[in-house]
Amino acid sequence: MDHLDKLEAQSVFIFREAYRKFKHLAMLWSIGKDSTVLLWLARKAFFGHVPLPLVHIDTSYKIPAMIAYRDQLAREWKLNMVWGQNTQALREGQTFPLGKVDRLTCCGSLKSEALKHTLAGDWPRWRLNHTTGQYEQDPDREPYTGVIVGVRADEEGSRSKERYFSPRDKHNDWNVDDQPPELWNQFKTDFAPGTHIRIHPLLDWTELNIWEYIDRENIPVTDLYFNRGDGKRYRSLGCYPCTQPVTSEARNVKEILAELRTGKFAHIAERAGRAQDKDGGGLESLRRDGYM
Amino acid sequence: MKQIEREQFHLVVVGHVDHGKSTVIGRLLADTGSLPDGKLDQVRQECARTAKPFEYAFLLDALKAEQAQGITIDTARSFFKSATRDYIIIDAPGHIEFLKNMITGAARAEAAVLIIDAKEGVRENSRRHGTMLSLLGIRQVVVVVNKMDLVDYRQEVFEAIRNEYQTFLARLGIQPLAFLPLAAFHGENLIAPSERMSWFSGPPLLAQIDQFRKEALLEHKPFRLPVQDVYKFTEEGDDRRITAGRIESGQITPGAQVVFYPSRKSAVVKTFEEFNRETPSLWGPGKSAGFTLEPELYVRPGELMTLASETPPAVANRFRANIFWMGKAPLLPGKKYKLKLHTAEAPVWIEEILSVLDASDLSSGTKKQVDQHEVAECILETAKNVAFDLSTDLAPTGRFVLVDEWEIAGGGILLQSLGEEHRLLDRHLADRERNWDRSPLTPGLRSGRYGQRSAFVLLSGSDADQLFRLGRALEEKLFLRGRYVYYLGLSSALSGLQADLAGQDDRWEFLRRLGEAAHLFTDAGTILITAVPDLDAEETNLLSRLANPTDLFTVEVEPGLDLESQVNNITRRLQESNILVDWVL
Repeated sequence: MDHLDKLEAQSVFIFREAYRKFKHLAMLWSIGKDSTVLLWLARKAFFGHVPLPLVHIDTSYKIPAMIAYRDQLAREWKLNMVWGQNTQALREGQTFPLGKVDRLTCCGSLKSEALKHTLAGDWPRWRLNHTTGQYEQDPDREPYTGVIVGVRADEEGSRSKERYFSPRDKHNDWNVDDQPPELWNQFKTDFAPGTHIRIHPLLDWTELNIWEYIDRENIPVTDLYFNRGDGKRYRSLGCYPCTQPVTSEARNVKEILAELRTGKFAHIAERAGRAQDKDGGGLESLRRDGYM
Repeated sequence: MKQIEREQFHLVVVGHVDHGKSTVIGRLLADTGSLPDGKLDQVRQECARTAKPFEYAFLLDALKAEQAQGITIDTARSFFKSATRDYIIIDAPGHIEFLKNMITGAARAEAAVLIIDAKEGVRENSRRHGTMLSLLGIRQVVVVVNKMDLVDYRQEVFEAIRNEYQTFLARLGIQPLAFLPLAAFHGENLIAPSERMSWFSGPPLLAQIDQFRKEALLEHKPFRLPVQDVYKFTEEGDDRRITAGRIESGQITPGAQVVFYPSRKSAVVKTFEEFNRETPSLWGPGKSAGFTLEPELYVRPGELMTLASETPPAVANRFRANIFWMGKAPLLPGKKYKLKLHTAEAPVWIEEILSVLDASDLSSGTKKQVDQHEVAECILETAKNVAFDLSTDLAPTGRFVLVDEWEIAGGGILLQSLGEEHRLLDRHLADRERNWDRSPLTPGLRSGRYGQRSAFVLLSGSDADQLFRLGRALEEKLFLRGRYVYYLGLSSALSGLQADLAGQDDRWEFLRRLGEAAHLFTDAGTILITAVPDLDAEETNLLSRLANPTDLFTVEVEPGLDLESQVNNITRRLQESNILVDWVL
């Protein structure tokens, strides 16, 4: 087995453990390259099927092409697609783009809060009805107790401290300093009522591995990652007011691989185009409070 | 164009606090040219500016700080390269409070470098870490006696430490590949042989760790695949029933005759299953695999799939094991824990603590409990049989963790199988018998009055709905014929007997309570009917023993048969067994 085979085998193992141990399991799908690889690995684990809901937190500031791509793939692959939103904050205009709050507060409210309540089921969830092709309010209000997330250890410092199975308390908080031991592929799959577990099948993958795998498996990704003639492409996707593209000539997966292998980005963080990481306590403080 | 892959090797560096772990790692990164350009100078200048003596630990701190800002993409852990391969150094803190993290790190390593301060000598954590490495199954170890500059590079200091620590490691069954003297701060004996220690003839550290081998190949060992799950996803007309799990050792081909343990069910591998891939004709260790079988079997997660032609695993519910304990609350005999052994799970009790080892000096004593950070040899008993190997034969299927409440609190390796015997259940039944408050109204008096003997009718099968309908119908028929009968429905049992365990997946505890309830109902002279889907022989045996002395009627419900004939069949059996006495009718 080569390196990608080994990464794939470990991720598949984690998926199957999660599926067997958690009755109310969901997977976060951000439409980005990592979570799309994650979705592909779910199909690997379950032999072409995706037997769990995909949850997307829609801030309403996502690049429109991302939402179009989400719904196209959801229809094509018959995905159990669910989205949630902080409608109150949006209604009151409590967002950074409208100038009422700073970036971190905006992320905290449109993403962390929305995620927390969507997972808990106390805010509405909207589920795709494949017969009508429309989203409808989901009658299922059960809290998800296992949540699969596509974070990678190499993306950013706080994520390198993660476990494969990482507990979150009643407030969605992450206790970085007292994490469960993880050995011999035995994970924390027991949890007290009211708490949940974040599951990270991509922890060992690097940005390069992700693109190598997309290339090998021929996984469809949104073309926002490619230079479409303006000499720019997105390296990491998020809300358009806070996400900047990088200068790049790469027009397809092969050219992205070549670009990464030149070491062009070796000293520039992958999330450098994501403005919220730089404000205040940055991503770690966001993550302690429940951000993905 | 395919990139040629360099070999990757996971290394853990352990040692007592302040014995020089960071210096060894920092200096390895610096001297192998594995640092970002200018980083070393920058840290040196920073030290000069703040009038602090330079330390390599500052270099690691600076790298970590960068990592936290996400600037250097490829250093989630520390990396360095030798001429032959790429090393990944796993973070393993030396402080005892972080033993949990040290174990998490070290469990992923293929080999270890253990560091001892030449001036301080062998300390408590040097011994503790040695013990942990041995329990984690890390056999490849190099011991470094660091800070030789502080003892004037004297050979006798090195040799005294070597002799002391070698004896210690030998008792753990660890034979280090080498002991070597080092002055990491000065780079003595790190990359090149040291002139100051010309008395030492072995290779320097980097050359020594290049001699670590990739972990022993498991492909030549017997085939072992712990079953993770059996899937039948019916969407899009899919009718495959797929048995899935990861291959821990050995190799398999389509057409292979396989046997599952502990159930001993056997089948032939019909196809390899994989999404978006041409399936090969052979799979080996590490593969997360999927198979269809002929015939299609019902096997449970946690069974061990093996080849019929190879050595079978051990099957037992009692065994001797070495356990290291990480829990804040002590490990206590008689308390119920959960055992997780490959993909199998079972309730488990410590039957006896044979000895508690002081990991820091290997002296052993007898204690009534195992405290945090201690290591103990124990006898364990599980509620159900599990299939396993001894850790010396096959490590991946010979080690387990213990879960206390919600947390993984201990790890262990299996030393000896002690067969199948339910001592805890035996003891419980004997106690119950002795303490039972017996009524002067004997079972004979009750059966005379009721015109029936008490009985426990247990319906089992794969179609849960069918079982529940049958339970109701049987109850009604017997009741209308004047019998004292009660049907205990599954959800009634769950929301009553099992209410305090809501949401927990503890089938064994449920069955135990059900068995006790059956004992009460039948002691009162009633015919109790209940239905439990997918019972296996061990579970039936548990229920039968708990319901004792009443008769247990197990009814394996056939899927096709109509309700009425099922009810009639069971009634006839009860009559034939003199449970229902006819003259009352």
